[in-house]
Amino acid sequence: MLILVGAAGLVAGFLSAPSSVAEAQAMVADAHHGEGHGEAHGEATATGHGNNHADNSPAAETTDGHAETATHDAETHGDDHGEHLLHQLQNKPWAALYVAAFFFMMIALGTLAFYAIQRAAQAGWSILLFRVMEGITAYLLPGTLIVLFLLVLSGMHLNHLFIWMDPEVVAHDKIIQGKVAYLNVPFFLARAVFYILGWNFYRYISRKYSLAQDAANDISNHKKNFRWSAGFLVFFIVTESMMSWDWIMSIDPHWFSTLFGWYVFASMFVSGITMIALITIYLKSKGYLPEVNDSHIHDLGKFMFGISVFWTYLWFSQFMLIWYSNIPEEVTYFITRIEDYNLPFFGMLVMNFIFPLLVLMNSDYKRSNYIIVGVGIVVVLGHYIDIFNMIMPSAVGDQWFIGMAEIGGFLFFLGLFLWVVFSALSKAPLIAKGDPYMGESERYHY
Amino acid sequence: MSSNKVIHALYDDDDVLLKAVKSIKDEKHPIEEVYTPFPVHGLDKVLGLEGTRIAIMSFIYGCIGFSVAVAMINYIMIVDWPQNIGGKPSFSFLENMPAFVPVMFEMTVFFAAHLMVITFYLRSKLWPFKEAENPNPLTTDDKFLVEVAVEENEKELTALLKKTGAIDIALIDKDH
Repeated sequence: MLILVGAAGLVAGFLSAPSSVAEAQAMVADAHHGEGHGEAHGEATATGHGNNHADNSPAAETTDGHAETATHDAETHGDDHGEHLLHQLQNKPWAALYVAAFFFMMIALGTLAFYAIQRAAQAGWSILLFRVMEGITAYLLPGTLIVLFLLVLSGMHLNHLFIWMDPEVVAHDKIIQGKVAYLNVPFFLARAVFYILGWNFYRYISRKYSLAQDAANDISNHKKNFRWSAGFLVFFIVTESMMSWDWIMSIDPHWFSTLFGWYVFASMFVSGITMIALITIYLKSKGYLPEVNDSHIHDLGKFMFGISVFWTYLWFSQFMLIWYSNIPEEVTYFITRIEDYNLPFFGMLVMNFIFPLLVLMNSDYKRSNYIIVGVGIVVVLGHYIDIFNMIMPSAVGDQWFIGMAEIGGFLFFLGLFLWVVFSALSKAPLIAKGDPYMGESERYHY
Repeated sequence: MSSNKVIHALYDDDDVLLKAVKSIKDEKHPIEEVYTPFPVHGLDKVLGLEGTRIAIMSFIYGCIGFSVAVAMINYIMIVDWPQNIGGKPSFSFLENMPAFVPVMFEMTVFFAAHLMVITFYLRSKLWPFKEAENPNPLTTDDKFLVEVAVEENEKELTALLKKTGAIDIALIDKDH
């Protein structure tokens, strides 16, 4: 176990090293924004300006209020646009940080939901994986706190991720004014605290009963866990939906989609399941989970396959209705993504749908560790790009690229995530031996 | 074949049946067929049956359905009588493609499902009004029947079947 922690610590250290450099570079990039501003400004007046005016009037108000005010007033357009670009560029490292922080928080949250479903459904096959899931959800507390911290920084106007937080923008924007009752900083943060408390409370309670069950003679802990899990799922699906509106959809405060909560849920669910599979296979390859057989891996593979298709279903449902109706205020969302983010937008569709669909369709492939790991890595990266696509276009517009800040942020949170997960794994026996369904899980055979 | 005689052994529990089939196999008696009222988990492995190839067929059928859908929609909606789809350019399949995805999906599923069922019927030699091949109607209710070929070893076989927990053993001559 200690060796494992050491290894994980090394991995974490190794991974966070480049990221601190990257963070530093991100800072430098921040400091250099004066220059970036100048350049971008020139470019903007040369090309961006004309474009924006000429053809895509709906797209012009895509990103935020700045663009809109800019289109309203042609005289000050150049200046406003430059300022807008400056904001986008200043947003970039913040957005990169936020995407990565949110993504790994989301993996832990998705795993927690999966765990609660296993508990509430009294599943028999997955007991062997409970400690792996609990290890992953250990990241929920640090992960949510980091996201909350970033949200508080936004609330203090240290960045412009959430433009509705800027009173000046709101003053010029009728649509946001209509949403002020919901989108205001104190209520926003209060909601965030509420969600985070709820999720972490369940995670704490459930972990406590799960550990207590190991030594218990009866199954009262198991029963309590069952009840808390069922209750948590109700709480979760409401708060998860609201969280996705708050933390992601409100970055683009004009746009809305009614199934956005489900869509984000599908993304977090499949990332969480994939992470369970990856960590389980890793631990098994180190000889820690000898009872896990290929039937367990097969089931995780089926979930990866199924939820990937489910994600696509929701992605497409959201896309097609908006595409079909073509209402300017909605469709701008996809116009920016298709015009400015063509590769990540369609690339993630290949990574998250076509690739797992074709590879995981075969039953034997779902039982092969190599294939599950290979597909799993692609799916996890694909869903990182999914989150990237949700946040970046609204935050930085067409000024995106996968730079040091993005990669560094990803690696930093990956390192932190692995470190937290593996140290949590080492704190408890990897087999939840007191669970009444343990025998069933050990004998589980497809 | 030296004789056409078979023994029908009846079981009343699927776990007992599984163990029985295993021990009959171990003694190298040729099992001709097993009749069960429901699919018994793991029976195909114990019997040493080949894995089904219907999965690959279903994939191929799905691909056929997908292609038919694409060809059909392209002809109907674009070539023959261009339709206005939400104001999108009406002479382009690709630009109107999202509107066609539900149809392509449904056609894929439709073809895969129906052709798979038809394949299964053909492969199992099933058609309407076919006489049941089932030797004992009890196997459609709650009993399991194992048919073992007899090759001058009737007594030995009967003893073995008794030991494995058969509730009824009958010698059947298939010649009449």
